[in-house]
Amino acid sequence: MNFPIRPEAASNFATEHDQLFFTITALTIFFTVVVLTLVVIFAARYRAGSKYSRANASNHNTKLEITWSVIPLLLGLGIFVWGAKIFVEQHTPPKEAMELFVIGKQWMWHVQHPNGVRENNTIHLPLGRPVRVTMISQDVIHALYIPEFRVQYHVVPGRYTTFWFTPTKVGKFHLFCNMYCGTQHAEMGGYVYVQEPEDFEKWLENDGTKVAERTPSLAELGKALYDRTQCGNCHGQVDNVRAPSLIGLYGRQRQFTNGMSGVADDSYLRDSILNPNSRVVKGYREIMPQNYKFTEEQILQLAAYIKSLGAAASPNPVTPSVDAPMPTPNTPAPSGDPTSHNLPGR
Amino acid sequence: MSAVDIRTEEAPRHAPQPSYLQNGHTIKSWLLTGDHKRIAILYLISTGFFFFLGSIAAGAIRWQLTSPRGELMTLEVYNKMFSAHGVIMVFMFLVPTIPAVLGNFLVPIMIGARDLAFPRLNLASWYMYMVGGVLILVAMAMGGVDTGWTFYTPYSSIYSSSQVSLTLVGAFIVGFSSIFTGLNFIVTIHKMRAPGMTWDRLPLYIWSHYATSIIIILATPVVAITLLCVVLERAFRIGIFSPELGGDPVLFQHLFWFYSHPAVYIMVLPGMGIISELMSAFSRKPVFGYKFIAGSSLAIAAIGFLVWGHHMFVSSQSMYQGLVFSLLSFVVAVPSAIKVFNWTATMWKGSVRLQTPMIYALCFMGLFVVGGLTGLYLSTLATDVHLTATYFVVAHFHYVMVGGTILAYLGGLHFWWPKMTGRMYPDSWGKLSAIIIFVGFNLTFFPQFILGFLGMPRRYATYALAPQFQFYHILSTAGATVLGIGFLIPLFYLSWSLKHGPKAGKNPWGAKGLEWTVDSPPITTNFYETPIVDRPVYDYDPEEEERQFQIELDAEREMREKLAATRGGQD
Repeated sequence: MNFPIRPEAASNFATEHDQLFFTITALTIFFTVVVLTLVVIFAARYRAGSKYSRANASNHNTKLEITWSVIPLLLGLGIFVWGAKIFVEQHTPPKEAMELFVIGKQWMWHVQHPNGVRENNTIHLPLGRPVRVTMISQDVIHALYIPEFRVQYHVVPGRYTTFWFTPTKVGKFHLFCNMYCGTQHAEMGGYVYVQEPEDFEKWLENDGTKVAERTPSLAELGKALYDRTQCGNCHGQVDNVRAPSLIGLYGRQRQFTNGMSGVADDSYLRDSILNPNSRVVKGYREIMPQNYKFTEEQILQLAAYIKSLGAAASPNPVTPSVDAPMPTPNTPAPSGDPTSHNLPGR
Repeated sequence: MSAVDIRTEEAPRHAPQPSYLQNGHTIKSWLLTGDHKRIAILYLISTGFFFFLGSIAAGAIRWQLTSPRGELMTLEVYNKMFSAHGVIMVFMFLVPTIPAVLGNFLVPIMIGARDLAFPRLNLASWYMYMVGGVLILVAMAMGGVDTGWTFYTPYSSIYSSSQVSLTLVGAFIVGFSSIFTGLNFIVTIHKMRAPGMTWDRLPLYIWSHYATSIIIILATPVVAITLLCVVLERAFRIGIFSPELGGDPVLFQHLFWFYSHPAVYIMVLPGMGIISELMSAFSRKPVFGYKFIAGSSLAIAAIGFLVWGHHMFVSSQSMYQGLVFSLLSFVVAVPSAIKVFNWTATMWKGSVRLQTPMIYALCFMGLFVVGGLTGLYLSTLATDVHLTATYFVVAHFHYVMVGGTILAYLGGLHFWWPKMTGRMYPDSWGKLSAIIIFVGFNLTFFPQFILGFLGMPRRYATYALAPQFQFYHILSTAGATVLGIGFLIPLFYLSWSLKHGPKAGKNPWGAKGLEWTVDSPPITTNFYETPIVDRPVYDYDPEEEERQFQIELDAEREMREKLAATRGGQD
């Protein structure tokens, strides 16, 4: 039996976190020792019958009160600023971060890499590259927690959440669900594998664990779904009377009929697919059907496809472009959740 | 100033009346009583019963976790066990216990009143408590609830198939018992103070109950409505929290913590009030910084309403909310620090008596300091991102709730036990229990700080994914066993004292305060005639106390020598 006292530090945030953690620990020990030493000394020294003088025992001292209020407050504010600095950094993913999509559901983690490789309850990552994780839950609230990275974030139904980190150590780390989510909560976890970049590329190219034909990328799957659903009947190459074109939509500022405006981000795309009338772009009517039933996987695929049609920030469309012939997905279009056969004991 | 408190030596000018315990012996005289002291006893028994149930659940949890695969229970049973532990301990014990037992008994006596302002409302509060408690127990008998005491949506409102609604209705009703008590205290403290009992002569225990009552009546209705909303969504699928129905799951967390963070102060402020009383009484010295301690209670009550978002740093609330809530959490830490420093300074140049209640108070200091300081890790944004919802949080709030509230409660119970029952308990047994609890507590919960730092999530029935946690879990379970024994010991000697304990007299500790001027146990109306308060609160003089102590010591030695001499003469 072993008794570790410090978890491995395996991400860019881990070292920063631990420095702060141990600084607070030093403060905690200092104040605990000071207070408890005084308590013990006073209890012993001024125990009834002891020889020490009780003369001039005062009951209040405003200067003292202010001192022991202001010093802890200032120390606290220092710690606050330090913690806030890291927190803001944790909310500012670098532009070049690679993307990863995670769907939480009772009781498994479903992970999608942008090139279409999927895995369940494991996450493979390359060493040294920032990773931006976009997450959503299909049922209740979960939390994706990797203690060795010192990061976690809730995975909420109905909205995307994101966080990021850069793995800094090759190895196998823990992946936990850290928000109670029902009966098998304790079993909703697995491992994060950080590999050397070349090993990771090899792993990705070989379709994760199994060597097989190349699986279609997320955007390709999205294109197939887009065609199957006949979205193109309305959303064409250019804006038309029924609907705006989706080319170059991602990241663009949109004006809505309700007078509001907003950026077309992941949440907006998801919202507009599931609940199109919530924010209709100025100049259009509420005619988009509202009865599309997509799984969270499928919405991520559609969003990936829309993103591949060009983002407002980068005018060059990411492959595949709309004009290029779309490769047909080699997995036949599944009617339901493509990973449902992996669900444990439901 | 004379060392003898003239109030305690006052010759009885009235025909003696029966004590509140003797005034009526039928069950009806207890169940329909309006006497705040009898209601306190009803609460003492019922909260004690629920504490016992919650402790059994805790024991089962600790037993399960000795092995990474959890040999004792299935996942489902374990989830129901920790939910039962949380629901019972929070709603049925920690929130009501100090106000409803010691507060009920002492608030009127300490301010010189005959009863609380609304005796029937007080009785109704106990019935609300019992009805809610019985509903929660029925829900458990029907299969129990598996959501944790936090009832996060949409798990609780849509997905859980356990007895959520019944449990929530139970908690909803129990909430009213709190509101009634809080309302009663506020009115009583405002309107029924004896002549001369000015605001700056109020014992700090009363100040802490005053601050607590404000929190109770402002925050409890919010959680009551929130819990009801969950029931509505479950029963009628009215979309409030579930995104499938058009609701917002994170809204629940805001509403829930808007109550449940102030509720932490509902649980701990009365305990802090007890410690102020104990520190002063057993140091024979006025509390250091009276105004700062009283003010800090009010400051905690006010700022405590503005920090709920620190439970939600990683919940998807905005980054800016996180920044503000973190900042305010550091501000709310200061009043608690002020209290600790002032308690310590109270002992300086005091005449310290290390009797059982004081031993409990000193143990409280040890645990509360650690509990408070480890809160800093969780109000700091970056460290909370790692530690939230791990065993670090579990350890932190047990240090505050058990190490703070329960130790203060036990200290208060041992302090006022002679007043409540008229009997003394053996002091050595009392000290022993305090020390066993202190050791057992640290052994149980200190390893959990390390577990949390290592990344052990809370609410895990098994930890097969990370078996390296086992060592600390075994330590923790061993500690829980010691802690359990520590809690059982007072049960025995306190029960024993009821029949066999020596009679206490009015003021067995030599403490100041109106409660020590009345009979032990008090008569039904507490006072034969309305007391007039003509001196400051905590009117101790340590120098005089020392002189008195020497005189007593000398008298005792003389007695012993005389005894030895007579015995020597006989040989």
